[in-house]
Amino acid sequence: MIVVRSLVKRFGLKAVLRGLDFSVEPGEFVALLGPNGAGKTTFLRILASLTRPSLGEVKIAGYQLPQQAAEVRRLLGVVSHLPLLYNDLTAEENLRFYARMYSLPDETQRIGEVLELVGLAERRRDLVRTFSRGMQQRLAIGRAVLHDPEVMLFDEPHTGLDQDACEMLDTVLREVAARQRTVVMTSHDLARVGDLASRFDVLSRGQIVASIQRSQIDPDQILAFYRRAVEK
Amino acid sequence: MTPKPRLLAVLDTVCIVLFLIAVGLVFFYAPLERSMGQVQRVFYFHVATAWVGMLGFMVAAGVGVVYLRTNHSLWDIVGLAAIEISLVFFFVAIVTGSIWARPAWNTWWTWDTRLTTAAIVELIYAAYWMLRQGIEDAEKRARFGAVYAILACISVPITFASIRLLRTIHPVVVGGGDPNAEGGFSMTPAMRVTFFYSLIVFSILFVDMLWHRIRLGQLAEKVEQLKLKLSA
Amino acid sequence: MKTSPPPINLLRRTFQATVAIIWKDLAAEMRSREMLSAMLVFSLLVILIFNFALELDIKARQTVTSGILWATFAFAGTLGLNRSMAIEKDRGCMDGLLLAPVDRSAIYFGKAIGNLVFMLVVEAIVLPVYSVLYNINLFHPGLLAVILLGSLGYVVVGTLLSAMAVQTRTRDVLLPILLFPVVLPVLISAVKASQGFLLAAEWTEIAPWFNLLLVYDVIFTAAAFMIFDYVVEE
Repeated sequence: MIVVRSLVKRFGLKAVLRGLDFSVEPGEFVALLGPNGAGKTTFLRILASLTRPSLGEVKIAGYQLPQQAAEVRRLLGVVSHLPLLYNDLTAEENLRFYARMYSLPDETQRIGEVLELVGLAERRRDLVRTFSRGMQQRLAIGRAVLHDPEVMLFDEPHTGLDQDACEMLDTVLREVAARQRTVVMTSHDLARVGDLASRFDVLSRGQIVASIQRSQIDPDQILAFYRRAVEK
Repeated sequence: MTPKPRLLAVLDTVCIVLFLIAVGLVFFYAPLERSMGQVQRVFYFHVATAWVGMLGFMVAAGVGVVYLRTNHSLWDIVGLAAIEISLVFFFVAIVTGSIWARPAWNTWWTWDTRLTTAAIVELIYAAYWMLRQGIEDAEKRARFGAVYAILACISVPITFASIRLLRTIHPVVVGGGDPNAEGGFSMTPAMRVTFFYSLIVFSILFVDMLWHRIRLGQLAEKVEQLKLKLSA
Repeated sequence: MKTSPPPINLLRRTFQATVAIIWKDLAAEMRSREMLSAMLVFSLLVILIFNFALELDIKARQTVTSGILWATFAFAGTLGLNRSMAIEKDRGCMDGLLLAPVDRSAIYFGKAIGNLVFMLVVEAIVLPVYSVLYNINLFHPGLLAVILLGSLGYVVVGTLLSAMAVQTRTRDVLLPILLFPVVLPVLISAVKASQGFLLAAEWTEIAPWFNLLLVYDVIFTAAAFMIFDYVVEE
């Protein structure tokens, strides 16, 4: 589903990604781990077609980035640590706006479904301004799944959420992942992603330094695996 | 470090010699103008500096387009170099213009078309400089700089046209116009020689300075690279 | 694999997305009214300051009215442009727009037309107020046309530059500094054309300014349309 070969991204002279190789099969849920400044967000922004690669090849569902960005965008749902929502619109209006941006055929019905999915059906007519951080993040996920994307990218979705909100978010994430979607999620919170992901990749100093399937590792060992990979 | 190219060293010497000849021509070859007296001699360098200023302004916009197409940092260095040179030469042109304006129109500053346009271009450079100062990422800095240089280059001719529509008292010395404009004069052949010679010398001077400034920019880039290598 | 849509479809989608962005901006503003009220109050304050700074007696009013109006619009305009782009930047919404499978020109035109509407609303309120305060009739169709064309030129460049300014460290402070020297032809010709209409000058006197405005609008709409990609894409 996602194929990345020798990806290099430089900001000015500084190389953030240095020859990164990465691939994801359809239906996989990959947790992308790594210390701060390892290039996780940059990498995800490149996959999301928001940033152009300096060198290397990026293909999503057979489409080349950045040349075929328009085709790729249709397949992508992105959640970042910012909500990407408008404060002065209601939950419903926010979704309606994005539904129009994606030219969805049956927007009202789809918006209802999505609000149900993220548990905000009762707050549909409230301004996003009045939402808690956790509710905003759930609505942000609703926004991202609105057009039923095949590939989902999550950039640190748990940032700034308290325990309860995190658990609610995980429920939604599980539901989203259960639909045979391909998911890539960055995180530095190992405990959180441990039981969500089906594969763990470690990104350090601009490269993928280690990768392991969940079936091949004991959940308690993930932290040790991560430490070894980063210190290598 | 790369040594100074032989050709550049030759060009430096040529520039100095040609420039000294230009000074000689202005003071000893060109005849004294009847109504204006000695002050008229400022005219030769005044027009030449303004010409270089304009050259730099247009070069910056031209390489701005090239930069946006190629994304190669060299073109950003060239653009910045051209603008810095243009900034200084326009400033000299404004000052020499004031020296001219004092005896001719009995005022240091007039809201004449060309003088005003030159002043506006200086303000545009101030804005350009502040824009660049406000951006950390070198790639974005280059991109925005190029965009602004292009916009400026489209707008300034229209500004010029609109100020000219307002009214002008600037003498049009070369290429027709009203020969009876106040402060105007007609050129003798010796004046003409001095005038065009100055234009050519200043153009060569522009190339020489541009070359130096580009080298400086490239060296600065190399220093940045080495710093990054050290910190990595 | 899904195939890419045919060109007609693409054009329609671009149009739909443009409308969606305008609708979104208007709906949010209708609710909060933050931007419009700030622009309006600011406009009235600018006029107040001019009133005392210039001692607007009856004779002076005739000649300086168009200058005051355009200075007011220009200053108030930067407030709106800044605010409108800050909304997109602060909560990552610009990324949201860029993620959508729509042509970038839809984002540009959506924002620009939204900005134009806000500007026209402010002008539609300032003009009658000014008329009443100074007992000058400003409802001349020619003048209204000039205001429309002038605001268009201002917004076309302003939207592009605000998208740049909002991505810098200095942000709000930078926009007027970037915008005013580039938008100067609009201000000059709009002031002269408005003055012409207010003083009931001959059309032959006004025409050059009117044409200059038109030329500026056409050139910069095309330029901004082509350049916008480079401002928002990384």
